[in-house]
Amino acid sequence: MMKDSTTNNVEKTLSFDVNKIRKDFPILNTIAHGKKLCYLDNAATTQKPEIVIETLNNYYKTKNANIHRGIHYLSEEATKAFEESREKVKKFINAKSNKEIIFTRGTTESINLVANSFGRVNLKENDEIIISQMEHHSNIVPWQLIAAEKNAKIKIIPINDKGELILEDFEKLISEKTKLVSIVYVSNSLGTINPIKEIINKAHKFNIPVLIDAAQAVSHFPIDVQALDCDFLAFSGHKIYGPMGIGVLYGKENLLDMMPPFMGGGDMISKVTFEKTTYNDLPYKFEAGTSNVADAIGLGTALDYTKNIGFENIQSHEKELLDYATEKLSKIEGLTIIGQAEEKGCVISFCLDNVHPHDVGTFLDFEGIAIRTGHHCTQPVMDRFKIPATSRASFALYNTKEEIDVLAAGIKKVVEVFS
Amino acid sequence: MDDELKELYQQVILDHNKSPRNFRELGNHNHSSEGYNPLCGDKVNIFLDIEDKIIKDVSFVGSGCAISKASASLMTTILKGKTTEEAKDLFEKFHNLITGNDDSEIDIEEMGKLAVFAGVKEFPSRVKCAGLAWHTMISALKGESKTVTTET
Repeated sequence: MMKDSTTNNVEKTLSFDVNKIRKDFPILNTIAHGKKLCYLDNAATTQKPEIVIETLNNYYKTKNANIHRGIHYLSEEATKAFEESREKVKKFINAKSNKEIIFTRGTTESINLVANSFGRVNLKENDEIIISQMEHHSNIVPWQLIAAEKNAKIKIIPINDKGELILEDFEKLISEKTKLVSIVYVSNSLGTINPIKEIINKAHKFNIPVLIDAAQAVSHFPIDVQALDCDFLAFSGHKIYGPMGIGVLYGKENLLDMMPPFMGGGDMISKVTFEKTTYNDLPYKFEAGTSNVADAIGLGTALDYTKNIGFENIQSHEKELLDYATEKLSKIEGLTIIGQAEEKGCVISFCLDNVHPHDVGTFLDFEGIAIRTGHHCTQPVMDRFKIPATSRASFALYNTKEEIDVLAAGIKKVVEVFS
Repeated sequence: MDDELKELYQQVILDHNKSPRNFRELGNHNHSSEGYNPLCGDKVNIFLDIEDKIIKDVSFVGSGCAISKASASLMTTILKGKTTEEAKDLFEKFHNLITGNDDSEIDIEEMGKLAVFAGVKEFPSRVKCAGLAWHTMISALKGESKTVTTET
């Protein structure tokens, strides 16, 4: 975890009771293949606390209406709750203004929005976008699409054997042709926490804006967009105990202001005639069509939930889990951990000699253990380490050391069967 | 081990995974194809030496899970000496076996060793693993090899 953010607040740590927290998540009581569910696939999606599920339920029971349109009671209630949720997001990432918070379907849509809107007006032939070798496909393909259209190029910051960005190479890639740097905060397949602040500072020296893919960061440590000074930041609700289908794009107001709309439709306009349409103000300019109101409100509740538990607690608990799992798994013969960065989040990707990750996944499933196997939508990372796939265990605030013991025992069983 | 899991990972499958048969590139192949499962990164290359519509020799290389590797390995042991028509017919039967297609009567006897893959139908996510080598073989049968062989 990040060195500067793991200060132990003894009082808060003591008040953190993982067994109590587990009671907030009904799904954790699941019995899978006759075994107690051991959910270690949190980098794929996190489970939802009762309070979030209740929020969704209540919304449809008591508030459901279309927002920003009706003058009736329900529409006003729904609009109020929706905008309150935007305010919660703003505070959560410390944005300056609600105008900078755009609701999207998720990180992928947020990045596509920037690629299509910012990219469309700012890229010309031979311009360059810098990304890294550890990006999720969702921070590669949108850039390839717009680059192909504009004849622009994508430059890649390479990674070292530990799975860390080679920053000297980043500096070499920057030129007057660079129009944007788009980088992942925490790698979903390696766990690496990138030195985002340093990257942003370097890019800003050349007035290059930076987009941060914070999908794997947002539930693990606090994010302050003003302190980071990032120009865009994207994350998904479902990775921070919120619903699927809702996400956020943060963008600096001055940048969003000069960007054209991504999609056209209702709500994003102020006046439409067949001759000319004027667009609505921020953030509505980027929220065409009926919004995902229920899930946006659910996300607000999820952020409240996370805040109430407190990042000091979350960070110290998750660091304990990561250290314990790293030590425990490293001891298994034939197991190699892929991604050994100094600054690492709650992800352990591993390979076993002679056992393919798919077989690991199927065997562990029968032990009630949910992990992810495959390339994790980061095929360039797999190519970099010359492996077809990995098995990945990823932790969240409700995981326990006992679950890591179950995982380690499960892996040992798999090794036995295949030896 | 759980019974359902045992059914999937039968000893024959574990054995073929550990020591795959015909795991090499055929020097004198005249048909070949590459199969790739983008979802899991499994790769398999099938090589066929066909003369007068008879599969004289068959081999494979690639990387993948136990199911896909054992499936490719067993397939090569069974196809040797078969006609291309018989190979296509076996593909259909194997496909029905692993997908649990109820419309077809599956004669387990006729399937011989391939019957060990009957457990796959209980694992929808693994059907593609078992089928990859077979699909690749069919694609190799259909097209002339683009791979330059050592014979030319």
